[in-house]
Amino acid sequence: MMASPAAAIAGVHEFPRRTAGGLSPLQIKAECAARALEDAGLAWRDVDAVYDASEAGRMQGLTIAEYFGISPRVIDTTAVGGSSYEFQAAHASRDIAAGKANVALLTYGSTAHSQARAIGTGGRAAADPQPADNMERPYGLTLVGNYAMVARRHMAEYGTTPEQLAEIAVTTRRHAMRNPQAVAGLADIGFRDVREITVDDVLGSRLIADPLHLLECCIVSDGGGAVVIVSSAVAAGIPKRPAWILGTGEAVGYPAGGADLTTTAAARSGREAFGQAGVRPDEIDVAMIYDSFTITVLAILEDLGFAKKGEGGPFAAGGCLAFDRPGGPALNTDGGGLSSNHPGMRGIFLLIEATRQLRGESTAQVPGACLAVAHGNGGLLATRHAAGTIVLGRE
Amino acid sequence: MPERAAPPERPLPVFPEPDTEPFWTATADHRLTYQVCAHCGQTVFHPRRHCTGCTRGELEWRDSAGRGTVYTFTVIRQHGQPFFRARVPYVVGMIDLDEGFRMLAEIGADPDAVHVNQRVAVGWEDHAGLSVPVFRPDLAE
Repeated sequence: MMASPAAAIAGVHEFPRRTAGGLSPLQIKAECAARALEDAGLAWRDVDAVYDASEAGRMQGLTIAEYFGISPRVIDTTAVGGSSYEFQAAHASRDIAAGKANVALLTYGSTAHSQARAIGTGGRAAADPQPADNMERPYGLTLVGNYAMVARRHMAEYGTTPEQLAEIAVTTRRHAMRNPQAVAGLADIGFRDVREITVDDVLGSRLIADPLHLLECCIVSDGGGAVVIVSSAVAAGIPKRPAWILGTGEAVGYPAGGADLTTTAAARSGREAFGQAGVRPDEIDVAMIYDSFTITVLAILEDLGFAKKGEGGPFAAGGCLAFDRPGGPALNTDGGGLSSNHPGMRGIFLLIEATRQLRGESTAQVPGACLAVAHGNGGLLATRHAAGTIVLGRE
Repeated sequence: MPERAAPPERPLPVFPEPDTEPFWTATADHRLTYQVCAHCGQTVFHPRRHCTGCTRGELEWRDSAGRGTVYTFTVIRQHGQPFFRARVPYVVGMIDLDEGFRMLAEIGADPDAVHVNQRVAVGWEDHAGLSVPVFRPDLAE
């Protein structure tokens, strides 16, 4: 086991609705920050490190401290898509271990649903000329299609089936139906029939980009959240049980030189994080894995070591990912991006739900959950993506 | 009669962009090009100025024969951009060219007729000043 951890998640808050009701992303960030600080028994004046992905405005490292009204000693603007918050949590734990900060604040706010942003199938706006864009724009690949190419290769190489992938969406919806905020949110963003779903429901929904069906794609919601990470000295005085950061890992992946697309950067970030934590995947109670699509979860479960490469299909289809079933970690117990909350960059919710589980506050609680992993995936799985792994523990 | 609107056009690369401009200039002559380092032999794609294999790199442009294998693909059935919205369903895939580089491209074939490991050959869709590579099942093999 590692030396005693330097930093812990002390406060969390998830914006409770999936429609912003006229609030701006910045207002959502500030509301969530205030609630998360209260959750940690802290106040704005205690914050001495701020982390921001500039999702609510350009170059927010320059403006977010002023907006919140804080005077941080550390300003970190790591922006790697949906995994930004796992990277930021890694950096916060290092900044705290180095003595540069005691109370770190991570926030997120988005009104993707209200703005009707077609995240997965939208036409990319022509921006400044970029090399990668110039080599991809003419071919009409969508974000969904990008992930679908990984699923296609996984199927061809390992015999993974559509039914096995669909099981991930089925389990996640089951967890969502236990989460009142997810249930209300699905109705608010336009789901007409909010209920548990079956494999047949998933495979009967329309194909968006073969082999991915509609119900294998994350929802597009509004939302936001905040996470407060503190030093062990601060953690000693907080009202709730701290979620200790035991290990962190960061990596990026891109398919140069004929790389194997079915193995994501999670293979490297996970090895780093589990190694630092001194924890094995089979010891993990709760796996919060970025579920932009079913294939994202399947590939990352393998890459983190929960199943061997190529065996994620049978592993996922065996039912062990449900919160009340043995044999594997409980997956995305809040209902995930597939069925609870995905405003574009879901990474912060992985940390929030993992913390709830370690406190015993989840709506799909794993009894006595001691160890959780939060794995964020950002960008585009087939062309370029970022992977951030955080291993969290109760003690 | 109201004048019929021009059909939407395929989005094209944006210039000036010095890394990728030589690749697209060559497409006007129906040449599919890639780079090899004269110093270390590294094959480089996407195009760029520096070698990713060594720090002394000198990249040379070479012409590909345009034949390769489908590494993976998807069938796009929903797209928000007008040209592609009118084109669905269509196939986009990653092609492993025989010279040892992998590129994204459209595969101009019936979606039901495309499969992983299929042999394909490059074809061209001409535009002003450049051509867009569109791969097709390689009937010569």
